[in-house]
Amino acid sequence: MTVIATESLSKRYTKVTALDRLSLDIGPGVTGLVGANGAGKSTLIKILLGLSPATEGRAAVLGLDVATHGSAIRERVGYMPEHDCLPPDVSATEFVVHMARMSGLPPTAARERTADTLRHVGLYEERYRPIGGYSTGMKQRVKLAQALVHDPQLVLLDEPTNGLDPVGRDEMLGLIRRVYTDFGISVLVTSHLLGELERTCDHVVVVDGGKLLRSSSTSDFTQITATLAVEVTDSDTHPDGTRALREALVTAGVALHPGEEQGLPGAGHILLVEATGEETYDIVRDTVAGLGLGLVRMEQRRHHIAEVFRDDQQQGHQDPEAARRAAAWAANTAATAHAAQKGAGTDG
Amino acid sequence: MAETSTRIHNIGYRSYEGSRLGRAYARRSLYSQSLRGAYGLGRSAKSKVLPMLLFAVMCLPAAIIVAVAIAVPGSKDLPLKYTSYALYLQMVIGLYLASQAPQSVSRDLRFKTVPLYFSRPIERVDYVVAKYAAMVSALFILTAAPLLVMYIGALLAKFDFADQTKGFAQGMVSVLLLSLLFGGIGLVMAALTPRRGFGVAAVIALLVIPYGAVTAVQGVAYGTDNTGAIEWMGLFSPITLIDGVQTAFLGATSAFPGGYGPSAGTGVVYLLVVFALIAGSYAALMSRYRKAGL
Repeated sequence: MTVIATESLSKRYTKVTALDRLSLDIGPGVTGLVGANGAGKSTLIKILLGLSPATEGRAAVLGLDVATHGSAIRERVGYMPEHDCLPPDVSATEFVVHMARMSGLPPTAARERTADTLRHVGLYEERYRPIGGYSTGMKQRVKLAQALVHDPQLVLLDEPTNGLDPVGRDEMLGLIRRVYTDFGISVLVTSHLLGELERTCDHVVVVDGGKLLRSSSTSDFTQITATLAVEVTDSDTHPDGTRALREALVTAGVALHPGEEQGLPGAGHILLVEATGEETYDIVRDTVAGLGLGLVRMEQRRHHIAEVFRDDQQQGHQDPEAARRAAAWAANTAATAHAAQKGAGTDG
Repeated sequence: MAETSTRIHNIGYRSYEGSRLGRAYARRSLYSQSLRGAYGLGRSAKSKVLPMLLFAVMCLPAAIIVAVAIAVPGSKDLPLKYTSYALYLQMVIGLYLASQAPQSVSRDLRFKTVPLYFSRPIERVDYVVAKYAAMVSALFILTAAPLLVMYIGALLAKFDFADQTKGFAQGMVSVLLLSLLFGGIGLVMAALTPRRGFGVAAVIALLVIPYGAVTAVQGVAYGTDNTGAIEWMGLFSPITLIDGVQTAFLGATSAFPGGYGPSAGTGVVYLLVVFALIAGSYAALMSRYRKAGL
């Protein structure tokens, strides 16, 4: 089943080309739409909602043509804009009830659905207070609630984590994940941060300059090979446990990641081991035990999507222009992801 | 019954299988929400004060007129024509429009709620029609309610039924036209700016400045015995347009200097200008929201 399909979709304004022959095929689940500012994400959303005609090409949402069935699409789709959109002088309940009725829900159903939806996004007693007094995180929840209140089959979320602190960001990403896993509603979520989508999405679509750069499932992006991070204690017989383990592992024929992790706390004490299968875990465990060291941690560390981009252009899979842009941008994103990781703690 | 009460504790997600009433229902919902909002209903207690106060101020003179008419022995008619009432209280109507038109449209623009509306099944035309109809209805309630008070009072005082009904009907047509005209230009002015204060000022300016200018020029024309010019001057301000139309077609007495209101011939021009302004307001609102989408 296809949720969103576009076919050589183009949108040209007098001076800019916002979308350039974009062909997508997005199935159910959580899909991330990644791109720098101005990459054409918002334009795509406008076209998918049937609010802006495409210059050429076709697009269908839930099997309905956007050019002819805009109204029917908007009845089945929820939309959360990037910018503020909430009047400060009404309560979340009043506002969401009104928006539910604007989606066609009868008055009683609108009230029931509003109470349910606000509870699901985590707003309780405060929902009766005027929105003007809410924190950014609470406002984002109200915005999400109004997109979900009519029980759509698909929600389009435009930069839902904008302006949130790290904790609020994690909560919002968790909530977005639940929208699909618990509520059964497919999600298209845009972001300019790859790192945050790889945790949430089943599928990631990367656009740049209105063109499709890459579209594949998140596992393709990040789980080509699993990397294990291993940290051990020192002992009297092995004053430098990490070094002893490294030597022992090399002897046992386990591939170690060449570059040790840089810049993170305790970086010198973490070994990155390439896991080729289940047996690698056993070898590591047995080797550590054999040396008489304490195993502090052994965890799966996924590649970041940005690394995949670097690999891609090293292998020269893409045309030079796109690769150059992707490289510049991946470097940017990697830096951001790295900084975020540093801020959040040591677990990758 | 037991089944439903246990459901309260079920915090899992429930999907919605009920009816979806679509575009026409959404438009009606927006209309009723906007109309209620124009009287502060469904809004904070503070925002109810001004519209309710103006509504009371609008109805009070009507009640006094009725009381006087009934109290004075031997009176055969109300001391004031139905069609004159809105002209005398035009400042109250102006204040109401200036306070409520921005409330209706500027807020949606300022807080960027408009894109949310357009992500719903409604189209641009539905939004404009619902907002326009709501503003017109709110103004009609404001201007028709005192006429209704006068009419009921006149019937209680046992004035001539046919006379009163005719006068009341003419008054109703007049205030409906006034509501359409004022509602349209008020919303256009308010929709120009997301700032509510500017909207209020723009509406007041549009009602007061042309009216002042027209009255002054008419006064000069009257003073210099150019009485033929007076009937044409009234084309240039909203309230004198209504005055002209109802003088020509609805048996009203003109408030122009010397009572030199337009004749039926000139009245057609008045009517055309009024209709052109109403259509123009609608077109201006439609084009305003072409850009204000997402």
